[in-house]
Amino acid sequence: MAQIFHRSTNFISRFSVFSALFLAGLGLVAVLGVARSPYMTRQNVTREQPVQFSHKHHVGDDGIDCRYCHTGVETSAMAGIPPTKTCMNCHSVLYNNASYLEPIRASYATDKSIEWVKVHRLADFAYFNHSIHVNKGVGCSTCHGQVNQMPLMFQANTLLMQWCLDCHRNPEAVLREKKEDVYSMDWKAPANQEEIGKRLAAERHIRTTAELTSCSTCHR
Amino acid sequence: MTSASRFLTIACAVACLFSAAGCQYLKQDMANQPKNRPLSPSDFFTDGRSERPLVENTVAYGSIANDELFVPKESNAFPLPVNSELLERGQERYKIFCTPCHGLQGDGNGMAAMRGMKHPPSYHQDRLRQATNGYIYDVVTNGFGAMYGYSAQIPPRDRWAIIAYVRALQLSRNAKVADLPAELREKLNQSGSTGAAPSAEQKQESGSAKDSTGGSN
Repeated sequence: MAQIFHRSTNFISRFSVFSALFLAGLGLVAVLGVARSPYMTRQNVTREQPVQFSHKHHVGDDGIDCRYCHTGVETSAMAGIPPTKTCMNCHSVLYNNASYLEPIRASYATDKSIEWVKVHRLADFAYFNHSIHVNKGVGCSTCHGQVNQMPLMFQANTLLMQWCLDCHRNPEAVLREKKEDVYSMDWKAPANQEEIGKRLAAERHIRTTAELTSCSTCHR
Repeated sequence: MTSASRFLTIACAVACLFSAAGCQYLKQDMANQPKNRPLSPSDFFTDGRSERPLVENTVAYGSIANDELFVPKESNAFPLPVNSELLERGQERYKIFCTPCHGLQGDGNGMAAMRGMKHPPSYHQDRLRQATNGYIYDVVTNGFGAMYGYSAQIPPRDRWAIIAYVRALQLSRNAKVADLPAELREKLNQSGSTGAAPSAEQKQESGSAKDSTGGSN
């Protein structure tokens, strides 16, 4: 009786087993890659806003402190989006005829909220509190990037859990010594940051890595 | 196919359909829970806000405690003990909220003023030197002229810290040499040995040193 399969079938069957494994691996890498890509995380993607507010102008050119508008950052979980009245503090006089700012004036006149588009959106199962971070010495620009150079706001980091954990495993690398440095956009880690960071972590009672990376620290 | 196995097949297919439909929303439901987060929009209220304004004629819990920090316009009382801690807080808050218009030194040359905002009056004029603490508190709280009130941005305690710092700023350009402690006066005399009157800068330095503001205005 003649053989049903030719000898070369041996190779083909082996090759297909290995290439199937290879393709499955490639697929996995692709899925993980896409999940981490700006397409999914929306990193570096600017958003269309009702008024195209420029942090570069207000922070970079005018030197307005973060806390002038984001008044809650030192005391509460949310830094706070300023009410329209805060805009009007200056824009009742400055550019008070500019059509660009018409939505601001309309909002102030009618008491209807401006619907700003959220740029930094965490999942609802993640707990985050601004005040603990800035009060322990983590600067604004560590997470938000140098907003003084952003004409339109975008997310400078991935906001992935891995990114949170990178810092929770080693907060010493980003702790800033002086309070005013926390709100400085131009802070760069000094050469002896490791040494300073260790001291600050001890002084400010930063919790241990085990506590900072425990599930219930962020998923409460 | 027996009727039992046919039933099983259909049941499996229906279960698969249901679980597949669940998968589609599984991830989204956990990340987007049907709850309000700060400042999130809401369909429930007609104004579309989840943040609710105060009901008319009510007072927010805890805000009554600020009553002791209220000083009427005509009074020059200062309701808090003035110390270096308060002045440092005042300096920090002043830099955040006041410098855009009033400038770092209180002479009205802030960035917003330079860019076309109405120039506020300098603190270093007699009218404002003689203004009562209660008057300044009222201006910070309710605004004055082109300046809007800052009650929403600055809590009462911080307003007083700012007032203390504004007073220190005023003193920085209006202090008498005789008011200085002996050692600072001696230092001043040494640096002014050329016989010239102490420069504004020196005066300022000694003025703020007296008030222990750190002199970094």
